[in-house]
Amino acid sequence: MNRATLRNAALGSLACAGLLTSAACGSGFDDKPAAPAQQSAGPASLQILIGSSGDAETTAVRQAADAWAKASGSTATVTPAQDLSQQLGQAFAGDNPPDVFYVDASRFADYASVGALEPYGDRIANSEDFYESLRATFTRDGKLYCAPKDFSTLALIVNDGLWKKAGLTDADVPTTWEQLTSVSEKLSAKGITPLAVGDTRDRIGAFMVQAGGWITSPDGKQATADSPENAKALEYVQSLLKKKYAQFPKQLDAGWGGEAFGKEKAAMTIEGNWIKGALTADFPDVKYSVHELPAGPKGKGTLSFTTCWGVSAKSKYKEQAIDFVQAMTTADQQMAFARAFGVMPSRQSAKDAYTTEFPGDTPFVNGAEYAQGPVNAPKMESVLADFDTGIQKLTSTSPASVLERLQKNTQAALGN
Amino acid sequence: MADMTAPAGGPVPEARRPRRSAAAREGIAGWLFVAPVVVILGLFMLLPILMALWVSLTEWNGQGSPFRAGVPFVGLDNYTRLFTEEGLARQDFMTSIRNNFYFVLIVVPAQTVLALGLAVIVNSRLLKGRTFFRVAFFFPSVTSSVAISVVFLFIFANSGAVSRLLELVGINGPQWFSDPRGTLHLLLGALGLVDPDAPPAALTGGGPFGLSWWEWLSGPSVAMVTIIVLVVWTTSGTFMLMFLAALQDIPVTLEEASRLDGAGRRQTFRYVTLPLLKPTLFLVLTLGTIATWQVFDQVYVMSQGDPAKTTLTPAYLSYKTAFRNFDYGPGTAISFVLFVIIVVLALVQRWVLRDRDAVPRPGRRARKGKA
Repeated sequence: MNRATLRNAALGSLACAGLLTSAACGSGFDDKPAAPAQQSAGPASLQILIGSSGDAETTAVRQAADAWAKASGSTATVTPAQDLSQQLGQAFAGDNPPDVFYVDASRFADYASVGALEPYGDRIANSEDFYESLRATFTRDGKLYCAPKDFSTLALIVNDGLWKKAGLTDADVPTTWEQLTSVSEKLSAKGITPLAVGDTRDRIGAFMVQAGGWITSPDGKQATADSPENAKALEYVQSLLKKKYAQFPKQLDAGWGGEAFGKEKAAMTIEGNWIKGALTADFPDVKYSVHELPAGPKGKGTLSFTTCWGVSAKSKYKEQAIDFVQAMTTADQQMAFARAFGVMPSRQSAKDAYTTEFPGDTPFVNGAEYAQGPVNAPKMESVLADFDTGIQKLTSTSPASVLERLQKNTQAALGN
Repeated sequence: MADMTAPAGGPVPEARRPRRSAAAREGIAGWLFVAPVVVILGLFMLLPILMALWVSLTEWNGQGSPFRAGVPFVGLDNYTRLFTEEGLARQDFMTSIRNNFYFVLIVVPAQTVLALGLAVIVNSRLLKGRTFFRVAFFFPSVTSSVAISVVFLFIFANSGAVSRLLELVGINGPQWFSDPRGTLHLLLGALGLVDPDAPPAALTGGGPFGLSWWEWLSGPSVAMVTIIVLVVWTTSGTFMLMFLAALQDIPVTLEEASRLDGAGRRQTFRYVTLPLLKPTLFLVLTLGTIATWQVFDQVYVMSQGDPAKTTLTPAYLSYKTAFRNFDYGPGTAISFVLFVIIVVLALVQRWVLRDRDAVPRPGRRARKGKA
């Protein structure tokens, strides 16, 4: 009896599984429509998914979306995501993506390469007004895919108190690598850790730009990691780390450079303009000033971080979605966002208005001229994560071997 | 089912009704009773597993359903890339396997021994305040692993409690969460066998699966040690409960009999108690192995695989590959390899702990020990 029952049970459950599978897969085969039915004009109901930095941003975007909805007679639902990239991944897999969503520059190539994004960028009025470095970040195969929402760049943040304590003046703020080394020596002699710098390519990469190198060619098609310029940059960073002129935040018991800086564990850090909000909120007593990053052998260089308004290629309301983005990226609207949650407008025409209103941010805005965006190629995430690992071990490994490994992995990911 | 000639239960069937129909009806009733569970398990476990298996054989890019006609089928490519192809995918995967191997190697024995020890202590009739200790030891198990992980982040911070305690006794502790050095490397270095900064070329030259022997022999990193401590501490309470239940199931008479036979306390434990705990030991070891090979929450909360990938585990790597890199195929492939590893290890354990001998040996030995 036992054996028969077992066999029957097995057969039964297999049959059940078979039925279930066919039932579930059935829906999979009919979702190959010729093209989503387009509704080119008239009221639409837009779904907007944002990766919000906090309540201030959510409220500001909601208000702007409501204003647009009222003017156009549509509805616009703004949803802040808990985990944007995971939620987008699920939405794409379920064939039900939101119409408009934030696309982080570092993920842009992944989305664009699988055809998830509508390349609408140049249909936005006056799209040449966006900073060239930001346009390059969201351009793929010659097409501007989406409109940059705002951006940030890295700058050198200096703790005025510790600066004075070490007997330094404004004239000592380093503008070149040599000055950075010499001022670090002075700070170090006073027992102050000179520089707290994040241990990833998103900070150390700035040194590579200053030395004239980068991980990939500008079009994102070739690996250029193993270059003498990059080697020079990593050797310089290594020398700072070895002499303890620079320390990673974790070594200073902090989660990121801004925290180490706020706790006054380092006199300088390299961070973006988000550090302002963090310092005001958590360390209101720290007095600091912002300066452009020290120039390397090939001049000034910094990294830019940006997000764009992605429009889904599968949206039913593409026209309305593009109209919505248009409304979100006007210079006036960008200034409103800047006031609400402290981001920098991506339009050059808003630059003067912004620097007048926020003079302290001028070094960040100036960075846009010579900034390098994130690596613009798909399937690079694990390669770059591996490079981060190399950076973290920089004190004990040779820069050449780190770059050699990066070059090999980048070539494999890019397929050349 | 209709062919079955099982004796029907209950009252004697009426003469006209054939016996098989009663059996068939019983079968139908049985299926009806289990139907909800079969449907739920099938729909929410078996079906997703089969769907994932399909995904692991494709290069699905996350756009639309993976069951469409256009999804590229790549056969076993996602699996071979993990084992035979030189590249980052294999290197990451093998690093995660190495990390998790050391993790399991330390955690499973440690938590089992600790749990057994705690169970014996709180089972002792001489201990005062037994209820308090039982609750105290069990408490970490019922607390959220995320909450505990965050607390451990504070405890092991560079200026946290552990570092301060070490300072008190004059030890300059490591920077726990940013220290990627392997403990085995450190040990070998301390013994003067090798220099961790310049490992011998024989070890760095080559090794299986893309990692050099030197990398395989790293041992758990300092950062991983903190996670090991955390997991041992949290899980031993649960397993203590299992051992405690089993200990209380052992008849006191057996123990007394062995005492009368002249066995000491240690011998009683070794030859009477421990063999009777064997089924529970198997359960604890199996559950422990499964849980430790799947370690995820602690890594996700505490380290995200850092520093230098030394806390990367296959479960976390699978998540990262699928949901961060949108490489759903390789991501699911990793989880199926993990599944196979766990099943194989569970079978090995079962084989090792099998009953080798029907005659109870313990009593005999105990008597011998006396003589």
